[in-house]
Amino acid sequence: MLTYKTITRLSLFLAILVWLLLAASELFILFSEGHGLSAGIGRGVPKVLYNVFLLTLYLYYRYSIGKAENFNFLDLLWRIFVTGLIATVVSLALKFFTFLLGTSTLVNAPLFIDLRYLVNLGLASTFLLSTFTVWKRLILYQKSKFLLSVWNVFEYALLASLAYSVLFPFNVLRGLFFPFLIVLILMGMFLSANMKWVAYLNFRQKWKSILLILLSMLYLTYFAMVLFNEVTIDSDELNFISDFRFNIYVLALFSFIFVYALFSLLVILFNLPTSSVFEKKLAEVVNFQRLSQSIQTEQNEDQVYGILLESAASTVLADAAWVEVYNTSVEPGRLTPKSSFISHHISEEEILNLKEKVSFNTSNKSLFGGEKDLMSHSLIIKLNNANYKSAMGFEINIQNEAVGAIILLKDVTDGFNKEMSNIIRTFVNQASISIENFRLLRKELENERYKEEVKIAKRVQSSLLPDVLDHNEDFDIVAFSEAADEVGGDYYDTYRISPTRTAVIIGDVSGKGTSAAFQMSQMKGIFHSLVLGDPSPGEFLEKANSALSRCLEKTSFITTSYFVIDSNAKQLSFARAGHCPTLYYQLESNQLSYLDTKGLGLGILRGKDYRKYVSTNTKSYASGDLIILYTDGITEAKNSLGEEFGFDRLQEIVSDNLKASPRELQEQLIEALYQFSGVDTIDDDFTTLIIKFK
Amino acid sequence: MIEIKTIPEGDISTIKIVGDVDASSSIQLDNEIQKVTEQKATKILFDCEELNYISSAGLGVFMSYIQYFEENDIKTGLFGLTDKVQNVFQILGLDQLLYIGTTKEEAKSHIDEQL
Repeated sequence: MLTYKTITRLSLFLAILVWLLLAASELFILFSEGHGLSAGIGRGVPKVLYNVFLLTLYLYYRYSIGKAENFNFLDLLWRIFVTGLIATVVSLALKFFTFLLGTSTLVNAPLFIDLRYLVNLGLASTFLLSTFTVWKRLILYQKSKFLLSVWNVFEYALLASLAYSVLFPFNVLRGLFFPFLIVLILMGMFLSANMKWVAYLNFRQKWKSILLILLSMLYLTYFAMVLFNEVTIDSDELNFISDFRFNIYVLALFSFIFVYALFSLLVILFNLPTSSVFEKKLAEVVNFQRLSQSIQTEQNEDQVYGILLESAASTVLADAAWVEVYNTSVEPGRLTPKSSFISHHISEEEILNLKEKVSFNTSNKSLFGGEKDLMSHSLIIKLNNANYKSAMGFEINIQNEAVGAIILLKDVTDGFNKEMSNIIRTFVNQASISIENFRLLRKELENERYKEEVKIAKRVQSSLLPDVLDHNEDFDIVAFSEAADEVGGDYYDTYRISPTRTAVIIGDVSGKGTSAAFQMSQMKGIFHSLVLGDPSPGEFLEKANSALSRCLEKTSFITTSYFVIDSNAKQLSFARAGHCPTLYYQLESNQLSYLDTKGLGLGILRGKDYRKYVSTNTKSYASGDLIILYTDGITEAKNSLGEEFGFDRLQEIVSDNLKASPRELQEQLIEALYQFSGVDTIDDDFTTLIIKFK
Repeated sequence: MIEIKTIPEGDISTIKIVGDVDASSSIQLDNEIQKVTEQKATKILFDCEELNYISSAGLGVFMSYIQYFEENDIKTGLFGLTDKVQNVFQILGLDQLLYIGTTKEEAKSHIDEQL
């Protein structure tokens, strides 16, 4: 693969080489003819060589100009200016040299005149092709598909004209010459209508462009005249072989370059007065972009307001402006929420002063009083102030809530118009979007943090439930608990009061979620402090009720069952505080039933009367007996039909698994529960605790 | 999913509860009882014939008024509970603190007896 650089160098080298060959061959032919000799090469050779020369130049400029993506219009124009300047200076130097020689024979020698002509032709061709390439870049700036195809046709037609000159060198004046030339000239004129690039020049650049194009046109005229003079003066005596007048390509280029230069010149001239408007529009777009990008860069709300203020003030050329940010959150300890101001060429004192005098009514959180445009939340008013004569204001709304306002001031009356109002509105809207995005982002971060906190709460809570249940060799015990939310209100625990006495507790806080979880942890504290005194179950409930009465919410209560297993006496003593009745299996009688004892939930009666409503029961146990404790999350679990799992189903499952180990029974029970409810998560916290005596 | 309305009949206000009393609808029940007590009612009956389900939050509402009823000498009674709902009251032990009758007449006569 050839790189652009190699192609450029190669084509330049070829161009020079071909020109030298051209000159040599043409001079040789003329010399031979002048001396009546046969040159041995046809007159067609220089013609072909000239066309090849044009082709190499075409290639050279094609690859050397404007391959950089971000070319600058002025750089391009500068380039043709320099090329033209060098070419003209060389040509003038040659002319001067001729002048110095005076009327010597050399000057009038046909060969010298021909050589001079060839030099000028080469220089003109170079200038033409460099300019042609630059024009091409300018025309194809912001090209459409149609334009590109028209251009391609034009360029191929030009190349075809090169071939035409080579193939039909002897009957150039006849046949297709003129129609072809006219078609090319018309196409060139058609394409010359494309000058989108002019719009992107600022005022100074436009002036520079005018100068450069004028100079280019001057060069072009100069070369046209020089060449024309050369070929006409002595046309009778001399017979230039590479006569440019018969080369469609060169003629078409001349016309195209001239027409486009002229058009550009006129268009730039006509655009001069409006360029300041265009520059302003461009500045607006840039400001707008800054606002939209403010969300991506790590900026905060205040900075967005700042950008809004600055952009708005500079766009409408306001003499002063401010953004008022309403303080919507009332912090405790602060009497009235105070707005904060971001100002531009105005002091806060002056702002407050203005707001007082003008009916900018802030009491209803709206800056705009009677004249308020309800639809757009904006206004343009006259001011009767020493410094400012007109004002324009916009409310900044986020999700239909006013969060602030921007006020722009001018020292002339009627300083603001509809046009400005529309621009500033788009700014305000964009700023609102940016700020809303900030807020959403912050909310999302907060949510993330809460989720993290809840995860921690879950971890802490799960450590409140014992991993290992304290017990002696007299029985096996297993427990399982699952919360509906991250944290739950179910509780179970065991404690070995002595080697032969074990306390077992199961509890359920009313409700679920965080508040239930806190009360569950209180229950654990109460259990661990009371159990040390080895109370009877009735005493335990009474003391727990008394403790909880002081801290439970008015509508909250805790249900619990408390057991003390005495493995010496093979006896259970137990009490129930509103908790689900215990399911008990007696192996000896093969009886499975709910223990029916009276009891009242903890926290319901918050006085001394509580003792009356609970009782301590005792029961002997034997090996093979089962105690099944659970919370209402199991019995009240519902299926899709709204039916509850219920006490009967629970009893049935236990009765089907009487010989199973406690763990197997637990697994069966949980599986049955999930199968029944038909969902992945049970709606309430649920817990089971199963004891089997050995 | 809940409908609560109070029907005044002489000196007795009957609060009729229809549907499910769960965590969210228990607030409505609370508001209704609050309203009735603010009207200085001295006899309140709860018609639970169409009370389908009551959660612990609903029980919490009843529970929170027990002491208030006692202190302000307001006579109360529930009637027409389904077996399931009655069982819930019983397990928690609220049947020891609140009168639960089968029919409205029974509940009414219970209230009158206490006077």
